[in-house]
Formats: sequence, C-alpha cells, structure tokens
Amino acid sequence: MCETLVAMILSQTTAGATSVAGAQVAMGWSDVLSQQLITGVSNGMIIALIAIGYTMVYGIIELINFAHGDLCTLGSFLALTLVGALGMEAWSGMGGTAAVITLLISAAIFCGALNWTIDRVAYRPLRGKPKLALLVSAIGCSFILVNIALFWGGLPMEVFGGGNQAAAPKDFPSLISNENLLGARSAITVTWRDLFVVIVTVPLMIGLTWLVKSTRLGKAMRAVAQNPTAAALMGIDVNRVIGSTFLIGGALGGFASVIYALYNNTISFQMGYRTGMDAFTAAVLGGIGSLPGAVVGGIVIGLVRALSDGYIEARWTNSVVFGILILTLVFRPSGILGAKLREKV
Amino acid sequence: MLKKIAAVFLLAFAVTPSLAQTEKPEKVLKIISSLPRTGSANAQTTTMVNGIQLAIDEVHGKIGDYTIVYEDMDDASPQRGNWDPAVEAQNANKAARDESVIAYIGTFNSGASKISMPVLNKAGLLMISPAATYPGLTKPGKGEANEPKIYRPTGKINFFRVVPADDLQGFVAAEWAKDMGVKKVYILDDRELYGKGIANVFENHAKEIGIEVLGREGIDPKASNFKSLATKIKAAAPDMVYFGGTTQNSAGQIAKDLHTANATPKFMVPDGCFEKAFIEAAGAENVNGSAYITFGGLPADKLTGRGAEFRAAYKKKYNLKENEEPEGYAVYGYEACKVLLDAIPKAKTKDRAGILQAVSETKNYNGALGIWSFDENGDTTNTTMSGNTVENGEFKFVKVLGK
Repeated sequence: MCETLVAMILSQTTAGATSVAGAQVAMGWSDVLSQQLITGVSNGMIIALIAIGYTMVYGIIELINFAHGDLCTLGSFLALTLVGALGMEAWSGMGGTAAVITLLISAAIFCGALNWTIDRVAYRPLRGKPKLALLVSAIGCSFILVNIALFWGGLPMEVFGGGNQAAAPKDFPSLISNENLLGARSAITVTWRDLFVVIVTVPLMIGLTWLVKSTRLGKAMRAVAQNPTAAALMGIDVNRVIGSTFLIGGALGGFASVIYALYNNTISFQMGYRTGMDAFTAAVLGGIGSLPGAVVGGIVIGLVRALSDGYIEARWTNSVVFGILILTLVFRPSGILGAKLREKV
Repeated sequence: MLKKIAAVFLLAFAVTPSLAQTEKPEKVLKIISSLPRTGSANAQTTTMVNGIQLAIDEVHGKIGDYTIVYEDMDDASPQRGNWDPAVEAQNANKAARDESVIAYIGTFNSGASKISMPVLNKAGLLMISPAATYPGLTKPGKGEANEPKIYRPTGKINFFRVVPADDLQGFVAAEWAKDMGVKKVYILDDRELYGKGIANVFENHAKEIGIEVLGREGIDPKASNFKSLATKIKAAAPDMVYFGGTTQNSAGQIAKDLHTANATPKFMVPDGCFEKAFIEAAGAENVNGSAYITFGGLPADKLTGRGAEFRAAYKKKYNLKENEEPEGYAVYGYEACKVLLDAIPKAKTKDRAGILQAVSETKNYNGALGIWSFDENGDTTNTTMSGNTVENGEFKFVKVLGK
C-alpha cells in the first residue's frame, strides 16, 4: 500500500505538470480494485436498506411484498418534488445539510405511512386467507404504485427542472458535493456521496437492531413472527404490530429512496423494479427473514455487481449475481445467515 | 318505460339521415404512423407527428377526389416506457388488415421495424421510416447474412427511409472523432439492434483509420448506475467514450457517471440521443461541452431552401417562440409524408400497389432535405450529416459531416 502511495504521489507530480486540468490520473490495479470495492459497498448499502423492508415483512407475515421497490420510487418522486418546490438547489452551506435532512425525514414519513396504508387496505383483509391471495394482492399494489409514479412523472415537473415527459428518466439535482475527499489529484475517488450513504445507513441499521432486540415493540414483533396465534393469546395486538412493521420497513425504504436519488442522481418510474429485484435477491441470499442477513446479502450483491462490471463484462453481471444466488441456495437453502425455518412459500 | 323506448327509437330515426349523409361513399386514403408516443421519446415523436400533420394540412387533407385520413398510433407501452414488440406487431397487423390504409409511416426504432416489415411486406403496404437507421434493414451485406431478405418475404421492396442509415453515421462519427484528435476510444452499446449496429460500424471504421479501441462492451440498460463501468473505463484512460444507444437505454446515466468519475474528456453518442430528453436525463452540467452527438441530417435552423420554408411553416403552425426550434426529427416526419403525398397524383391506380410503385420511382425529389432520390434498396441518396455538441444545456451545431 505504501509503495502505491509513493507511486501515486510521484505520478501525480508528473501528471499534474503535463496534463490539462481535470485530466485523469493513471490508475494502478490496486486503485481500480479499491475504487470498485468502494462503489460496491455504497451500492450494496442502498440495496441492503431496501432489502430490510422485504425481510421484515417476510419475517412477520411470510409475504414477499412486491410493492416495496415501487414504494421507494414514490419516495424519490416526493423528494424531487420537494427539491423543486422548496428551491433546495439554492440552499448552500448548512442549508444543504438541512435540505438533505428534510428530504430524508419527509420521504421516510411518506413511505412509512404509505406502506402502513397498503397493509391496512390491501393485505390486512386477506390475513388468514390462502397465501397466494396475499401475493397476488402485493403484485397488484406494485402495478398501482408504478402507474402512480408514471402519472407523477407526467405532472409539469419542468418547473422543478425535471421535464414533463412521464416516462423519461429525471435528473435529480446534486445536493451532495461530488468533491473527492482524498484530494482532486488522487487516483481513488471517495466522495461525500459515498460517505453520505454510510453515514445514513449504518445508524439506521444499528437503530433497527436495537429496536427489534431491546424494545417492547421489538419483542412483540419477534413474538408475532414466531407464532401469531400464541402472541394474540398473550395479549399482543397482532394487527397493530404488523402495521408497525410495515411502517418501519416503509420508512427505511423512504430513507433508501432519498439516498438512491442523491447517489445516482437519476430517478425514473421504473427504477423500483430493478432496485426491488436486487433488494429481494439480497434478502433471499442473506436468508429471508433475517435482518443481518439482508444487510450482508445487500453488500455481497453490491460488491459482486461492481466486481463483475469491472472485471468480467457488464452484460454478464446479472448472470453472475443470479448464478451466485442459485449456488448459495443449493448449498445453504436458507441463505447465508438464515435460520433453518419451516416451509414458508 | 315505454315512453323511454319510444324516445330512443325516435332519436335513432332522427340521427339516421345525418349518418347516411356522412356514409356517402367517399374515397379515403389512410396514412398510419407508428411511433413511440409513450415514454421519453415522446418529445421527439410529437414533433414528427406535427411534421406529418403539417404536410397533410399543406394539401388541405385532399388529393384529387381523395380525402387523406391520418391516424397517429403508439408503438410503446407504459410498462416498458419504450417501444414494445407486442404493440408494434399489433399496429402492423391492424394496418395490414385495413384496406383503406395505403402507407405506414414508421418506425422510430430499428428493432420495431424488424417486426413490422415482414407483416407489411406480405400485405404489399408501403412503409416509410423517418428514423430507423439500422443498415441491415435495407442494405445487403451491411447487417446479418440473411438481411434484408428476411424482412421481404415477397421479395419486393416496400420499406423506404428518408434518413441516411447508420453505416454512414457510424462512419462519419469515427471520422469526426479522429478530426478532434481522439487516439484511444472505449466503445459501449445498449445491446439493441440499433445501438449495437452503429457501435459496430463505429468500431470497424475507427480501427481502419487508426484509432485504438481500448474496449468494447454491452451494458445492462436498466442498471441503477454505471459507476463500476466508469471506474474500469477511467483505468483504461480513453480520449473518448462512444455509446451506441438511445436516451431510453440510459445514455443520460452513463454520461453522468462518466463525468462524475472524471473517466473521459469526451462522450460521443448517435442520433438516438439527439433529443432534449437526453440533456434532461443527464443533467446539463454533465454534458456541457463534453458530449458530442451525431445526427443523420441537419438541425432545423441549418436547413435551406424547402427546408427553411418547412421550418418557418412549422414554427408558425405550432406557435414556437423565436428561440425555440423543432426537434431534429420533425423534418423527417414531414419529408416522409410529403414525398408520399407528392407521389399519389402520379400513381396510376390509387391503391396500395399503385402508390407503392409511384413512391419507389421517386427521383431527384426537391424536398425539405435537399434534392434526393430513393436508391434500389429503398434508401435515400442523401448523405448530409451533422455533428452537434451541448452548450448551456442546449444542442449546438458544430459542423456538417459527410462521407
């Protein structure tokens, strides 16, 4: 590492002298690898945060909530609307931080409430009915949300600089600086954005673990997950606990949607499908129903994607990801960290 | 109840005579266009449809005794936000079955043409594309071995295009890159017919003229970002990245991630990105001065002669402001329809076969795109292309590119 550093400094001094401003610094293989790992972890963290939403719901009512990815899409659209309506692009200095916090909190409240409502309207009436009915209802919700996003995108967003082409990908303003924290001359780029993903995601994950492990609600959640009937007999309001699970899972999805938008700077009505698919894969890979499993699964998928894009070829990435998923499931049917559970789907 | 029924009957009788009047046998020639109207190509296709409408309005919707009827069909679906093979097939079948249809203007995407061409060929229906540029659709030896035969089951040519194909565009793009002093290039494509095709042409010619190709890769157009790819490209340190693909297939996100990673000083894309939606998706700051867009013609404000007349008429009819211009493809929609309307009076029989014959004989046509003919493959003889860049979030014409 030390040699690389020296080499880097040396190459920078020469590169700086000969090249035009903003030209690239030569990257050694170790720089490329580190860069890919950084990208992989950042992408993986976002996937993990969404995966938690899948795994929580699955853990408690054994439903694969297909609407979750699309819920995040709506969170991003809300964020874009707020950025435009409040003119956040112009907020500078501390204002910028305030803008990001406002976005995170509003999207979390919005997505949490929306997820709770979806459960109340579309899933709760189907409790105790065959599992398939619930699944179909979830797929239906997913379609409804996609179409709401399409409609939302068609609103005259050009006042916010988003254009009014409903299905067009929309540029999300860069509220977070893209400046290299290691200095403009460094071969490896670590930006505020990468840092931001970690700064927001890690505390959320720790907070969630604490909530599930140490609070009354968490205890109730675990009880309902184990056996809803017994939990009800012990005086736990099962529907309320399930509602709270949706609320929390949705809120995390809301956070993820804002992080996604600020990290990728593009949102589109279809983004939920792909991110949802990645997150769902992550949840299954890590062991569906397991919170640490979702986090591990998300990061593994982020890393595999980055390394496959970087060292194999982008066109093979999906095959590599799903190949790894299949191999994992063949040898560990319950996922990396999944407990051996009774038959669920 | 009786009263109600009586009233309905009375009403029916009252309406019948007026219905009978409009049903008086009328000679109708129907034109259909099939373009992606849903999705981000909408801005582009709207101006094409406007161009078609303008051409029809110029003859007041009538040629001799015949009334021209126009239907604007959508070949995209909201689920894909892009052209959809199922919808395109549906449109083609519908057009083929409707006897009054004498021309099918479309498609926008080359992949879509691949689907409708055989259907319309069997129906003997004329097809004029204002935008599909994949060479294999018309030119033997430029695409797969069995192209373009597989699109012409009857052996006759029914597909024409008013836009020069990608074997020219990819060629001049590589030339332009060399002119700019590019020595090393990294090539990406979206793995669709159009994008992959033009990237192949670019790659082949780049190698011929001594530009080093550092890498060639198909992307996953639905990926959430291309940061890993950008890192890989940065490590390869090219002078330019060429992306064969469309706005709908993430051209904007690629531009953004390349710019953010500082991976390349220049980013070149073909005409599939010559639409404002590309700049909107990428964010102006990521493409200003670094994106180069080739286009199979001239931007509206550079047109001369009939083209300038078209531009003035268009701006007047659609109330464009002084500084607003029709999107690049508007004139192609206009020209596709105009060449058809001008051929109809020459047709011996005003049916599909007669009109197809008349259009195929178009020679030295004085249109908005200059003076051009259809060659033996159904291609335009026009080869004028332009190179454009982005300045202050707007496309800016740089130069005329030609073979």
